[in-house]
Amino acid sequence: MNSRTIAISVALVALMSLPYWVDGTYYVNVASQILFMAIFALGLNVIAGYGGLVSLGHAGLFGLAAYTTSYMLQIGYGHSASIVGGLFVGLGSMAIFAMLSLRATGIGFIMITLALGQIIWGLAYRWISITNGDNGISIHGRPAPFGIEIGSAESFYYATLLIFVVSFVAVLVFVNSPLGAALKGTRDQPRRMTALGYNVWMTRFLGCLFSGLLTAISGILYVYYQQFISPQAVDLTASAEVLLMVIAGGAGTLFGPIVGAALVVIVKSVVSGYIERWNMLLGAIFVFIVIFMPDGLVPGIGRIFRKFSVRKRNNQPQTLAVEGRQK
Amino acid sequence: MKALSIRGLRKSFGGLRVTNNLNLDVAVGERRLIIGPNGAGKTTLFNQITGEITPDSGSMMLMGVDMTDVPSRHRPHMGLARTYQIITLFPRDTLLRNVTLSLLGLKRTRWNPFTRLEALDQIIEKATEALDMVGLSDMAHRPLSETSYGERRRVEIAMALAQRPKVLLLDEPYAGLSIDERAGIKSLISSIPRNVSIVMIEHDMDVALDFADRISLVYFGEVIVEGTRAEVVSHPRTKEVYLGE
Amino acid sequence: MWATSYLAMENRKTAEMTFWLLLTVNSITFASLLFLLAAGFSLIFGLMRIPNLMHGSLFMIGGYLGATFLGGMFETISFWVGAAASAIIVAVLGAVLERLLLRRLPGQPLAQVLVTLGISFIVADFCLMVWGGDPLTVPGPESLEGTIAIGPMAFPLYRLAVIAIAAIVAIVLWFLLERTRFGAMIRAGVDDPGMARVVGIRVSLLFTLVFALGAGLAAFAGVMAAPILQVYPGLDQYILPLALVVVILGGSGSLLGAIVGSLVIGFIYNFGQALVPELAYFVLFLPMLLVLLVRPQGLFGRFEI
Repeated sequence: MNSRTIAISVALVALMSLPYWVDGTYYVNVASQILFMAIFALGLNVIAGYGGLVSLGHAGLFGLAAYTTSYMLQIGYGHSASIVGGLFVGLGSMAIFAMLSLRATGIGFIMITLALGQIIWGLAYRWISITNGDNGISIHGRPAPFGIEIGSAESFYYATLLIFVVSFVAVLVFVNSPLGAALKGTRDQPRRMTALGYNVWMTRFLGCLFSGLLTAISGILYVYYQQFISPQAVDLTASAEVLLMVIAGGAGTLFGPIVGAALVVIVKSVVSGYIERWNMLLGAIFVFIVIFMPDGLVPGIGRIFRKFSVRKRNNQPQTLAVEGRQK
Repeated sequence: MKALSIRGLRKSFGGLRVTNNLNLDVAVGERRLIIGPNGAGKTTLFNQITGEITPDSGSMMLMGVDMTDVPSRHRPHMGLARTYQIITLFPRDTLLRNVTLSLLGLKRTRWNPFTRLEALDQIIEKATEALDMVGLSDMAHRPLSETSYGERRRVEIAMALAQRPKVLLLDEPYAGLSIDERAGIKSLISSIPRNVSIVMIEHDMDVALDFADRISLVYFGEVIVEGTRAEVVSHPRTKEVYLGE
Repeated sequence: MWATSYLAMENRKTAEMTFWLLLTVNSITFASLLFLLAAGFSLIFGLMRIPNLMHGSLFMIGGYLGATFLGGMFETISFWVGAAASAIIVAVLGAVLERLLLRRLPGQPLAQVLVTLGISFIVADFCLMVWGGDPLTVPGPESLEGTIAIGPMAFPLYRLAVIAIAAIVAIVLWFLLERTRFGAMIRAGVDDPGMARVVGIRVSLLFTLVFALGAGLAAFAGVMAAPILQVYPGLDQYILPLALVVVILGGSGSLLGAIVGSLVIGFIYNFGQALVPELAYFVLFLPMLLVLLVRPQGLFGRFEI
């Protein structure tokens, strides 16, 4: 039982008992938000952190899944069909996104994903007959998986927690797998990987699909949480926020996106009570982190821990590698 | 059947002709040295052999199989391996992980998103063996960034050999190495079995000359002199090229 | 009776033709604005290899400054002086931002891109703070009010002027790039930044100057656009992707690419707006798709993005 296992067990226990030790529904809701945003951030991290493909259009994919589910519910489909529809559209659009964006590398990828994300925002805003434009789509109720109602804040929290744990384990497994190693390789030395016999494009594409799946899941959770979707959830600010979660926490690490999500959600909730200028603060935090703390929090804290445990000269192969910066 | 057979290779960048009707035949098991002044187009030749650059015209065959139109990612699967002038490995990963990545490159399991990489015992074992063959198995768990340049060159060669290539391209393997490191690499290269054909680009003739069975002198993108060491060294054009500079 | 229906048909035909012609003129006007914006963006991208994600906000703050100079306080200022002042202020702002922030991250294009993104949010919120949430109207120059009659149709004078100005700017930029030493240094930097340094070109100074030039152009475009588009919060996020698509389409670091790209996007977007308003943004998807699939470096790009 090493310290990491203990830490994770403690965290799990804390998470599972959360509604009992936080004071009120508001905080349970914040916790739910953190969890599905963490899934979103984990999804982006798969390609941005582990694949070296920074996307500034991920909110578009998030939104496509959310809007699909909402629209299907609105026109009368049941929850199961709407969820499947959302996942399907989310994954399908990610495939299209990837096929276009992977035509370029590095900076080009960012530009194309940004443009694509904004095009989706434009659709959400203008295609009023389907999306209801700025007024958004409201939905009512939540699914009842296996007959269990998740309408209340606590029950929704547990459903989200379950999905979060499954998603986290999926990412853990992926990152430690051969495909995950290949993806990291394409981030660090794409040319060398081709010379070693890897199909760099396909590796990246598969990484994108996995990312798209997680993104779609988070989008659908969002819509069931909010009971509402509007173009605001799909704009450039939203894409920047999720990217900030990944970077602030530590890109290319397992826990970074989770820490980042918690940070951004909490700061946003706290701050919006006091000042109206969230965007300005978001921008300032972005600039600060990129210039002064590009590795993010998790690696930084990891370094501090290692300093205190000098005895444990542990030469473990790093699977939680530090942020892969774009060349 | 030749290990490597190149005919009429041509490549231009804009107005600049970098490969000019180049012909090359390397026999199976041969050790071929490619020399030539800077800018003669030697590395560009390698880049076309591996497929990173597409030639304008000409044909290339590997172990009797036409690879002219084969995408570069498939050529390692045909038995082609290569090292680079500037070492581009994975500095944050351990030596073992570096070699493992190389082994995975040719295996179906590189698409596997489920199993833990560390749990693939067979591959880990083979990787350890490969490191052992270059004398680095005691450093298997050290991150590459904490090794010397000479050690990295050995890792790179281990990675290339781990793929059991039929043709190995070495691009200036001695560049940047100290005298001792060179001796180490030299003995490593000479210990490679003869079922691997080797083509080496090298600048430092002293080190490379007793490696080669045959030498090809490349000048302005074509092979102008070819033969045994004695033949090449005494050829008038060789003197022209090297003294005329 | 035949005469009245003939007249009615003629009127309808004229009305239709007027519609298409106006749409065409508007498209070229919009393309001209896009060009002013995209030219600066393309220069910065070509030289510094970073897509300047604050370009939209610089456009917007240029428009807001224009609204301030020309609307309330300085009513007697000529439109052109106001536009120039706005451009100069934003050019200086751009230079300062480049030196203070981008300079800290040499050789890290990803980090620089993210910094420009962060700054764009700060600038956008700053504008909201200072100028509020309501759209501002900016009056065009008095001398260009009204319409001019060409044949049987009347065209808004201001929009024609915008086209003329964009053409002039294009010629000036062409001259700058092709016939001056400064331009030669920029072109060298675009083609081979490493080599340019070796040859002795003061690349870091060049970066600051080009960034300032791009910022100034963006602000100028913002003022020119203000009488047509108005200035409002969110204008930056609306216009940035258009500039991006123009550069993706036309190719980076190329003036001709910016011209052609702006024209194509200007037409597609305007006609799209008129014919399929619900899908206006989405129609941009198609030329992007085509270019990326067939020719990823854009029509006239100097390098692959």
